[in-house]
Amino acid sequence: MALLSSAPAPERLTVAQRLLGINWVLLLLLTGLAMVGVAMLYSAGDGSFYPWAARHAVRYAVCLVVMIGVAVIDLRLLLRLAYPVYFFVLALLIAVEVMGDIGMGAQRWIDLGIISIQPSELMKVAIVLALARYFHGCTHLDLGKLTMMIPPVLMVLVPVGLVMKQPDLGTASMVGLGAAVVFFAAGVRLWMFGVALMGLAAIIPVAWNLLHDYQRQRVLTFLEPESDPLGAGYHILQSMIALGSGGVLGRGFMQGSQSHLSFLPEKHTDFIFTMLAEEFGLVGGVALLALYMAIIAFCAAIAIRARNQFGRLLAFGIGSTFFLYAFINIAMVMGLLPVVGVPLPLISYGGTAMLTAMIGMGLVMNVYINRDFRIGRRPDEDE
Amino acid sequence: MFKLRRRKARAGAERVIAGFRRDEERLRGFTRRALVLSGAQVGLFGVLAARMYDLQVLQADRYALLAEDNRVNMRLLPPPRGEIFDRNGEPVAVNELNYRVQVVAEQAGDVAAVLRRLAVIVPLTPDEIERVLEDVGRRRSFLPVVVAENLTWDQVASIELNAPDLPGVSIDLGYRRIYPAGIAMGHLTGYVAPPREEDLNGDPLLELPDFRMGRNGLERRYDEQMRGRAGVSQVEVNAMGRVIRELSREPGQPGRDLRLTVDTGLQAALVSLFGEESGAAVVMEAHTGYVLAMVSTPGYDPNAFIGGISQRAWQELVDNPRAPLRDKAIAGTYSPGSTFKMVVALAGLDAGVIDAQTEIYCPGFLDYGPNRFHCWKHFGHGKMNVTHAIEQSCDVFFYQTAVEMGIDKLSAYARRYGLGELTGIDLVGERAGLIPTKGWKESTLGNPWVPGDTINAGIGQGYVNCTPIQLAVMTARLVNGGYAVTPRLARPAEGETLPPPPRMDVPEIWLNWMREAMSMVVNSPSGTAYGARIPDERLAMGGKSGTAQVRRITAAERAAGIRSNDELPWQYRDHALFVAFAPVHAPRFVCSVVVEHGGGGSSKAAPIAREALLEAQRRFGTAELADAGPLAR
Repeated sequence: MALLSSAPAPERLTVAQRLLGINWVLLLLLTGLAMVGVAMLYSAGDGSFYPWAARHAVRYAVCLVVMIGVAVIDLRLLLRLAYPVYFFVLALLIAVEVMGDIGMGAQRWIDLGIISIQPSELMKVAIVLALARYFHGCTHLDLGKLTMMIPPVLMVLVPVGLVMKQPDLGTASMVGLGAAVVFFAAGVRLWMFGVALMGLAAIIPVAWNLLHDYQRQRVLTFLEPESDPLGAGYHILQSMIALGSGGVLGRGFMQGSQSHLSFLPEKHTDFIFTMLAEEFGLVGGVALLALYMAIIAFCAAIAIRARNQFGRLLAFGIGSTFFLYAFINIAMVMGLLPVVGVPLPLISYGGTAMLTAMIGMGLVMNVYINRDFRIGRRPDEDE
Repeated sequence: MFKLRRRKARAGAERVIAGFRRDEERLRGFTRRALVLSGAQVGLFGVLAARMYDLQVLQADRYALLAEDNRVNMRLLPPPRGEIFDRNGEPVAVNELNYRVQVVAEQAGDVAAVLRRLAVIVPLTPDEIERVLEDVGRRRSFLPVVVAENLTWDQVASIELNAPDLPGVSIDLGYRRIYPAGIAMGHLTGYVAPPREEDLNGDPLLELPDFRMGRNGLERRYDEQMRGRAGVSQVEVNAMGRVIRELSREPGQPGRDLRLTVDTGLQAALVSLFGEESGAAVVMEAHTGYVLAMVSTPGYDPNAFIGGISQRAWQELVDNPRAPLRDKAIAGTYSPGSTFKMVVALAGLDAGVIDAQTEIYCPGFLDYGPNRFHCWKHFGHGKMNVTHAIEQSCDVFFYQTAVEMGIDKLSAYARRYGLGELTGIDLVGERAGLIPTKGWKESTLGNPWVPGDTINAGIGQGYVNCTPIQLAVMTARLVNGGYAVTPRLARPAEGETLPPPPRMDVPEIWLNWMREAMSMVVNSPSGTAYGARIPDERLAMGGKSGTAQVRRITAAERAAGIRSNDELPWQYRDHALFVAFAPVHAPRFVCSVVVEHGGGGSSKAAPIAREALLEAQRRFGTAELADAGPLAR
């Protein structure tokens, strides 16, 4: 009985309580990030709020509401909704495959009338949600059984395959890596990862043949960017020139010659970090890294603090996905990874990416609010 | 009942406790793994920071330089080419503003559609559109392609006005060379053209799309001076190569203008004197060598070469038997015929084989060995001294004189009068002609020199070949008191002084005889060119006619009685030559005329020389001479 009473009484929090329970520091950090994005898009627009900076700010405001909305949902409801959401997004992904608009030479968008969304972006969150749900229901013993791994692996491979086929190498690897993080955090035995890595190594030659020419080119260009300075290596080279010329303190806000004379490609989306580092130098770049680090650390701390496995896996998976976004994007513009088209979360211009990131953060908030709930392995199994 | 409930509650509590225990295990496992992953994430961010440090601190200088290279473009500012004016300041070759319309494919998008809209303003033939589209396909898409040149102001304004409908279309301002004097001065000016592959010497100026270099005539001779020095403009460009702003400008040096000694009016008059005839003529100041007019007919219009001459027009020029592309005044070589006789006479005097009293009997021929050399006068001149021999152009007198002194003495002497070598006129493409020597014949033809060759050379035939400019120089040196003048077309540049012509050291009395004899040729009723005399004594000229056989008259033809030129096809007829000077008592102007296949020198060439000298005297007066004369004006 003593044990029973020491555990917090299972109670339903009111919406007001939930709202007050939001992690305000995390919210502040996220808003700071979005404001950096507004500033950089203002610079990318050559000192104008149009066409990017103003819309970015508005979108952030809308996404903030969505985030809070996600945060105040009952966590147990989320647990029940995890699979339906996953299959809904999967259905969207298939729909894009079937009837998706052709955008940027790749099928990625689905037009919902008012907004166009990229199901592959949503999948980054949905896969974490579904896997957290699955591993929440696993016992310690289950994690050592190979047969128990078949459903979650399928849950990952199907969307990854679909996204790869779009073709969107960046998002596919993001989904795959985000899922792998959840597998690992859930406690899946290490030898299974060894098996998976070997399987991957065997698949690579086959996958290489399935890649589109431009994707292969990107990989090859990544390996030696200066070999073709006016061709495919141009973007990376110009990006590195911009970064390097920024120096320690940068060239000043709106003073980056590389960005403002259009040497930098896609400066409002994938290469926005380059512009920031050109204009604010090493100091600005490291400060941004620190900001990301703080947000990811908050996610990790929330995960570790949470009393239910679903919340832990969810928060940690989302935080890691957020990390992957930032890391792959920055590594890409610095020539450490191939140019795969991953946006910088909350800074790059782009609606779906922001929505996804904020839904994800809403889930993390939700886990934070419900950190003390204990949830049984099956959703209907209440304590 | 109660018991059962208790048991049930107990079992539930145990289950819950077990669940918590399980959860504690999972929690510890999760925390361990989450910390491992978080550590990895921190490490990866560390890699990013290290890379940033590498790029922005360690390699910052290198990348800053690359960024600057990207940003700043050096543009050459082509210097305006020097212009050419005649002695009175009349334009001969000038730069005219040229508005061009060009299109940048990258900005135009659908180039063909833009061109169709542009064609409403600037008429474009389908061929032209085809050409532009081809160029667009070949070049990099951000480089401009010229669509049309020489737009009118209205067209320029119209294009600017419709700019929103004509993406990628822009107006470019350039210069275009024009030659107001046109065909009359064509051989003198030459023309300009884009550099050829072999002209490129690493000077970036030559690689500018707009650059033109002198291709002929004065344009080529004075190309270096007229070209000027290119300026440099540093401009900031964006990735498309579009200029954002200018950072600095170094203006360079415009090319030097050229002021000629030529008078375009006299030049035009001289051209019209030739009419349909082909040939060449030079009018020159006797004491300075300044060329007042120099024509070669038919000519070509240098303006035709500026926009690029069509293949057909070019082929016509090349195929024309009258060789309009050759400047006959400096590159046409002709047997001087009897115009050579003064030089033979002076050479004979110099060699001592004749003197003022020497008289030679002319029976109408000279038999030398087995050969008989005819005088032009069938029945002979009778007894001739040197002045009469020149006056009446007695061939036998000069056969005799030449053969007595020998070819080498004659040749050496002829060279002193500028024959057989380049005169050094400031043009390109001059030919030296030929004054033969024994050594020359043996080494080039492989045959020994025979006296017959000398006899032919004595009347300016055989191997002797001269250009009209050489004949003018020869005449000047005969009548200017013995100064070895050099012909010149461009007045010296500011601060440049020409060395005075060297004295030739010929006894003045001999030169007076020559002048007297040449006066008699024209002004004595027995002279060969009496018909071409200038009756006004103050303007009267002296001269010497010459007729150059184009081919040897065969014995058969002589027997058949074909001796008149009119009976021969044009290309076999004799060349008519005349050299002259005026005024006869105080020579100031000299003139040489060659009418190709014109027939007799006195009848065809002498009238041209007479009119040219009259015109020169009308224009410049007869007052003693150049230094204080028109050139100082």
